[in-house]
Parts: sequence; C-alpha cells; structure tokens
Amino acid sequence: MADKPAIDIELKAPTGDWSDARVDFRKGTFSNASLPKDLAHLGLPNPRKWQPTDLDWQLPPDWKQTLLEGMKDRLARYRSFRVFMDVCVRCGACADKCHFYLGSGDPKNMPFARAELVRSVYRRYFTLSGRLFRSLAGARDLSEDVVKEWFYYFYQCTECRRCSVYCPFGIDTAEITMIVRELLSLIGVSTHWITEPAANCYRVGNHLGIGPHAFKDSLEFACDELRDITGLDIEIPIGRKGAEVLFVMPSADYFATPHYYTLLGYMMLFREIGLDFTVSAYASEGGNFGLFHSNDLMKRLNAKIYAEAKRLGVKWILGGECGHMWRVLHQYMDTMNGPADFLQVPVSPVTGTRFENAASTKMVHICEFTADLLYHDKIKLDPSRNDEYVVTYHDSCNPARAMGLLEEPRYVLQRACRHFHEMPAKTIREYTFCCGSGAGLGNDENMEMRLRGGFPRANAVRHVREEHGVNLLACICAIDKATLPTVMDYWVPGVQVAGVHELLGNALVMTGEKERTTNLRGEPLAKKATDA
Amino acid sequence: MKAPLAAAVVVALVLAAAFAAAVPGGTAAITVVLPYVAFFTLIVGVAWRVWQWAASPVPYRIPTTGGQQRSLPWIRSACLDNPDTGLMAAIRVAIEALTFRSLLRNSRAQISAGRLEFSEARMLWLASLALHWSLLVIVLRHLRFVLQPTPFFVPPLDALDGFLRIGAPPLLITDVLVVAALLYLLGRRLANPLLRYMSLFTDYFALLLLLGIALSGMAMRYVAPVDLVAVKEFALALVAFHPVVPAAPSALLLVHLLLVSTLAVYLPFSKLVHFGGVFLSPTRNLANNSRRVRHVNPWNRPVPTHDYAVWEAEYAERMKLAGLPVEGTVEGTVEGTDHGG
Repeated sequence: MADKPAIDIELKAPTGDWSDARVDFRKGTFSNASLPKDLAHLGLPNPRKWQPTDLDWQLPPDWKQTLLEGMKDRLARYRSFRVFMDVCVRCGACADKCHFYLGSGDPKNMPFARAELVRSVYRRYFTLSGRLFRSLAGARDLSEDVVKEWFYYFYQCTECRRCSVYCPFGIDTAEITMIVRELLSLIGVSTHWITEPAANCYRVGNHLGIGPHAFKDSLEFACDELRDITGLDIEIPIGRKGAEVLFVMPSADYFATPHYYTLLGYMMLFREIGLDFTVSAYASEGGNFGLFHSNDLMKRLNAKIYAEAKRLGVKWILGGECGHMWRVLHQYMDTMNGPADFLQVPVSPVTGTRFENAASTKMVHICEFTADLLYHDKIKLDPSRNDEYVVTYHDSCNPARAMGLLEEPRYVLQRACRHFHEMPAKTIREYTFCCGSGAGLGNDENMEMRLRGGFPRANAVRHVREEHGVNLLACICAIDKATLPTVMDYWVPGVQVAGVHELLGNALVMTGEKERTTNLRGEPLAKKATDA
Repeated sequence: MKAPLAAAVVVALVLAAAFAAAVPGGTAAITVVLPYVAFFTLIVGVAWRVWQWAASPVPYRIPTTGGQQRSLPWIRSACLDNPDTGLMAAIRVAIEALTFRSLLRNSRAQISAGRLEFSEARMLWLASLALHWSLLVIVLRHLRFVLQPTPFFVPPLDALDGFLRIGAPPLLITDVLVVAALLYLLGRRLANPLLRYMSLFTDYFALLLLLGIALSGMAMRYVAPVDLVAVKEFALALVAFHPVVPAAPSALLLVHLLLVSTLAVYLPFSKLVHFGGVFLSPTRNLANNSRRVRHVNPWNRPVPTHDYAVWEAEYAERMKLAGLPVEGTVEGTVEGTDHGG
C-alpha cells in the first residue's frame, strides 16, 4: 500500500439496538458485487450490474419468498442449521473470539450477534414464539435492509470456526455463514471476488482462468528456475495417464508469490524421491471458491478432481498446501463426489506407509506425506540453509479446526529450519487466529476490514518478533500466502510469509545437485556457519 | 428495557399466584389445571423439538477439531478433542455435557495500548456448572414429593446437600449455589456491555423465572415453612391423576407452582431447550474420520458439471500446439462455456 492509513483498534461499548438492520457500506469494509457475466457463466440467478452502495439492489420481485423458502428447505436439509438456530443461549463466550470483532470493534461481528441476524428472521417466520411475540421473542421481519445487513456481515466472516471451539454447543458460525451466503446467492447477491474465480475454475480450470497451454508455460518456467537453483533437470508431467499419483495444488502456487516458492519445493521433493506423479490442466485448481458461495457450486468445482483422477487412471491423490481446499477435500469431497472406488488406499511409494486415515477419500495432505518421509529418514535436509530465517508457524484455520493437521507441518518445519518459535498458546493450533482474508474476502476493496481482521494474528506475530526476532511466518494456506504479507507489512513490518514446502525445498539435499548459492527466492544464502 | 420488562412479567406472575386464592377457582387453576397443562406441554413440546432436530439429516461430517488428528501412527492424536471413532465422539459429548469443557477454554481478550491481551475467564464456566448441577440435584430432591416411597437416593442426597449443618432446617448448598449462580449470570448480563447489547427479553426472563422459583421454594423451607406432609399428599394425588385442590394452600406454594408451570410451558418454545445443542451438534458429536470412512449425504443431488470432454474440446487446438496430450473424444470446438449444462 502506498499510504498507510491509520487503523485504530478499539473495543468500545456498543450503542444502539442490534435489531436495527441499517448498514453503512463504508469504503474499505466490503466486497464488490458479482459481475453478471460470471453469474451467467455459472447459470446462477439474477445476473445484473449492481454494487452494495446502490440504493436499489435490483432484487428479483419474489426475493422474500425465495429467501424464506430457501431457509425452510435448508432447515429441513441441515441439522446443523436447525440446531444452531435453536440452541444459542447468548452466553457470550464467543464474543471476543472473532478476529473481525477484535479488529473492528463492531458488535455485530461478535459471533453470537452475527448468528442472531439470521436467527431473528428464523424466529419470525419459523417459530411459534417468534410469530406470536415478534420483537419480544427476538424476531425480526425480513426486509431489504436485513438482506443488505446479511450481505455485509456474512461477508465479514471468514468461516474460520474459532468461535465454534469455544461454544458450549459447538455452534459453528462458519456453517451459518455458508448457509446465509447460499441463501443470498438465490437472489443474486454475491461477491465478485468469489464468483469470478469460481466461474474461471469451472470453465477453464483454475481461479485466474489460465488455459492449459499457459498452465504448461508457468510450470516450464518453474522448471527453468529449478535448473538454475539446483542444476538439475526437473520435469513436471501434465495429464500423464497411468501415473501413480495425481498432484493437486491451489492455482496460486503457480501464478502468485510467495506461493510459487512452495511449488518449487514440492517439485524438488518429488524429483528427489522419484515420485511417479502428474498434475492436471483440467483439475488445475485445488482451491474451491464454491465453498464460499453455495453447496452446489462447491460440489460442481470439486467434481473435477475425482473425474480427472479416474480419467488419468492414477492410484491416489496428493494435495498441496491450501487451507479451504483441505476443508473441502477432508470434510466434503468423498461425501459429495465419492465414492472413490476407482482409486486405491494411498501408500507412500518411498516408505510403504499406508495412509489409513485417507482410506476412503484416497487423498493425502502433502504435509502428512512429507512428515512420513522425514520420520523414515528417506530424505536428507540441511537446515542451515534456512538459517537466515527465524520462523514461526501460523496454523491455517481449516487444517487446524476442520481437520486437526497440527503436528505434521511442525514436524517438517522443525527438521527444515533451526530457528523455530511458537506464538502464544491462545493464538495457535485450535485457537489459531485467521489471516482475516479467508472465505473469499481477500480482495483489495475490502482492505481496511482485512487489516482489521488480520490484527489479532499480527499481534501474536509481533509478540514473537519482539521476543525472538521472528522474521518468517510459515503457513500451509494459499489465501494466507496471498494476504498475510500485506497484513504483516502493515502491522509487523519485516516479517515475510512462506509455505512449509518452500523451507523444505531450501533445506532439501538433492542427489546430483550443484552447490546451492541462493534459496528458492533467489536470495544469496547466508555464509555457512562455522559451527558444525 | 428488556430486563425491566422481564422482571415485570415475573412479578406479575408472582402477584397473580399470591392473590389467586381470592378469586373463585383460582386455587384450582394453579394447583390442578395449570400443572397438568404445563406438564403435557413440556413433554409434547420437548419431544417435538427433539424430533425436529433428530429427524433432520446430517449431510456432512463437520466436527470442529480441537486438537491433533489421527493420521500417522507415530503422531500422538488428541483422541478426545479430535475424536477418531464414534465412541470417542460420544465421550467428547458426554464430557461436554457433564463438565461444560468448552466453556473452560474461555479467555478474555482486551485491547490495551494497541495490543491484544488475553486473560483467564473461568467465572462463566463456574457459574454455569453450579447452576446446572444444582438444578439437577434440586429436581432429584423434589422426587420425594411425587414418588411414594421416596426413592432411595433422595435422603442421602438431602443429607449431602445439607452437610454444612447451618440452621434448622439445614441450609442446602444447592439452594445457595443456584441463587448465587443465577445472580451472577444476571449481573454479568446487565454489567457486560456486549452481553447487554445482544440480550433478549428471553435471556432475562429465563434467569428471573428460575430465580423466582428458587426463592419461592427456599422461602417455603427457611422462612415460612409449609406443611410438607400436606404438600406431598397433594403432589401424589396430582401424579396419580386423582387431583385434590388443597383447602388453604400457602401463597408461597401457589407462587412456586405457577412459576414452575410457566417454566414448563415456556421451556420447549425457548432457548431453554439448548441441551439439544450439546447432544446433536454435528460439530461435536461426529468423529473426525471423513477421509477414512465415507460419510453419506442422504440428499446428495446431481449438479451440473463441466466435463473433461467439453473442456478439452474448447482447448484442444492450443493443447496440441503446446504438446499436451489430447484425447479428442469430442469433435470440433465448443464455443465458450456450457452454461452450467
């Protein structure tokens, strides 16, 4: 950012009445509306040109009926939704657990308040007490103002599930947000930064809409770079039938930095262990912005992965570093698009380890795969090549709270670098703070809210920077890698962001490699320390 | 505004009960008609709510994981916070229900001088636990009134509850705890600006109603003792469906009965059915084994997909030029997208 706007972080006592739905769409705190072309590409309702700041959102004439019928339908299809609408006691344990509340001080960002925005409408139309006693029972009419309020606040939730850890009933705001966003999509209310990548992913294969030929160019560029760094010819096979493993990564790994260095790391590893793998141009996106829009869109995008694994005849699937991608792969893919009975239970060709934890879905996380290699001493690392880095680890929300992938990346990091320090306990593992830009909020027009949402994470990084001189934040999420650099620059300048497999790639001692003079970023390696 | 209104409703109920005896049929209404109506509503209402929850499908396996997954054999998994089997998930739910474990995780975040700081916050957990366990003991103690003979566990429970031996009749610990917990929860709701902002009428009403029930019950024990034998005769007759309207019931008994009946009627329609969340939340009661065991979504439905052949047809020429393998199953090129078809 050219100028650094001052953002005051302050938690003031709330004023006014929460049931007043009117929202001030302040620049910097919301995302732009979807473009008609993307909705048309995806066959989604009500494509039109509009913006959240418009007075008239051009909702379809029967918008209210559509929303209420949509709610009724989802109450009947999701126990989660019905239970979460019914059981909150407003104990407030979640209030100060949300990074958006802590960063913005806006009381409607407290998870129980956010949920109440839709719960009040649920009560009004679907419960006896709400129908009879209206506002006395906490019920609100569904109005256009409420639609706008939903849009504002349910696109101010990154579906990180931190509140759910603290809730005595496990109420998961992510689940509520997902359902409300799905409801809003029924009347054509969604955001550009989600539907454009989704449309690209659906039609072309990845978020940026990089066609297969350009996809090949990007990967060849990476191969050239790998040759410069390692002196080795490294190939990245595309669409190769009969490979043992299909490797799926978030597309940012081949078009964005610092993700790109993680891609280099994966490919060095695969070369070193001689993995028989292929990537796919058709399924060239592991990420799934459908998750941030609706169940059906998530399923439509995700379908490509199994379809491609089947077409290519691979045995199993390996997945790269990405947070929300792994939420979909771990908790949804097999249920939505399985059973994957055409694949085999993943077995590491190097160690022989059978990944029983992926016996049905047949997809393994790269950190699980690499940790297993390291545990069996199948690869050699020279962690001194990462000596310039003092590293801490940011647990990405989805792998932490929708999976429990906590130790594997740490195991890799602690082997790959010599200076590692954890952030305070209340801010890591299942308590980790979101980057503030997840769930499709990482666009530039939403910058102020992103920086506010990223504040709690940055605050913990600042703590270890001051205590231990941390200068590198490692993570396993493409959205983290895309957005945390901005958050760090603003709140904790001097801290870079890197993928776990970038650090692994730096440290990986490869057979036949030339002496490394730079790290994967092309920065000269620190002089070898004399102490052995 | 909401708190005073809730207080006013509870006070109105108290007054209505206290003066009911003055109205013809008032005593019968509160001691016979209302308890039956309330009990029926409670049973049917709660059953209806539980059925609504239990009958709705669980399309996805979405546990919130609070610790390390079970993956590689040499990595120690958090079998309780990240259960891998149905049994462990059941234990996770049981511990949650018995100890309110998630509330124990609570902490308080504050911003001071532009920094975020955390401090311990265990009072909510303590007060909630005190409230719920005391209520359970109190309900069990009340079985002495509706069952003949008195269940074997009630006298020892009474003795335990009164082991402090303060006063006569001895002060019961649960009485103190329930009032203290209710006052704390009420005070917290009023004093904490975040909670005050979000609290509904029902949040105050539920606490005040329980407080009214506890205080009227305690008054019958410590302040103006009622004839317990008469109360038991009345209660047993009620339970046996041979109700007898008490001749001259204590006003306190009428207040207590009316408030309890109100609670029973109110419970199924309010947030007081929150126990469902503990047992039925898919984020808590499912094992995190979705990659190991396939979870089936009963309504999984077909969606439009952009199939490989259609995709390849659009890019085939460019793919050939780039030297990428092409299957060529669809002849010619398809313009643009398949529009979700």
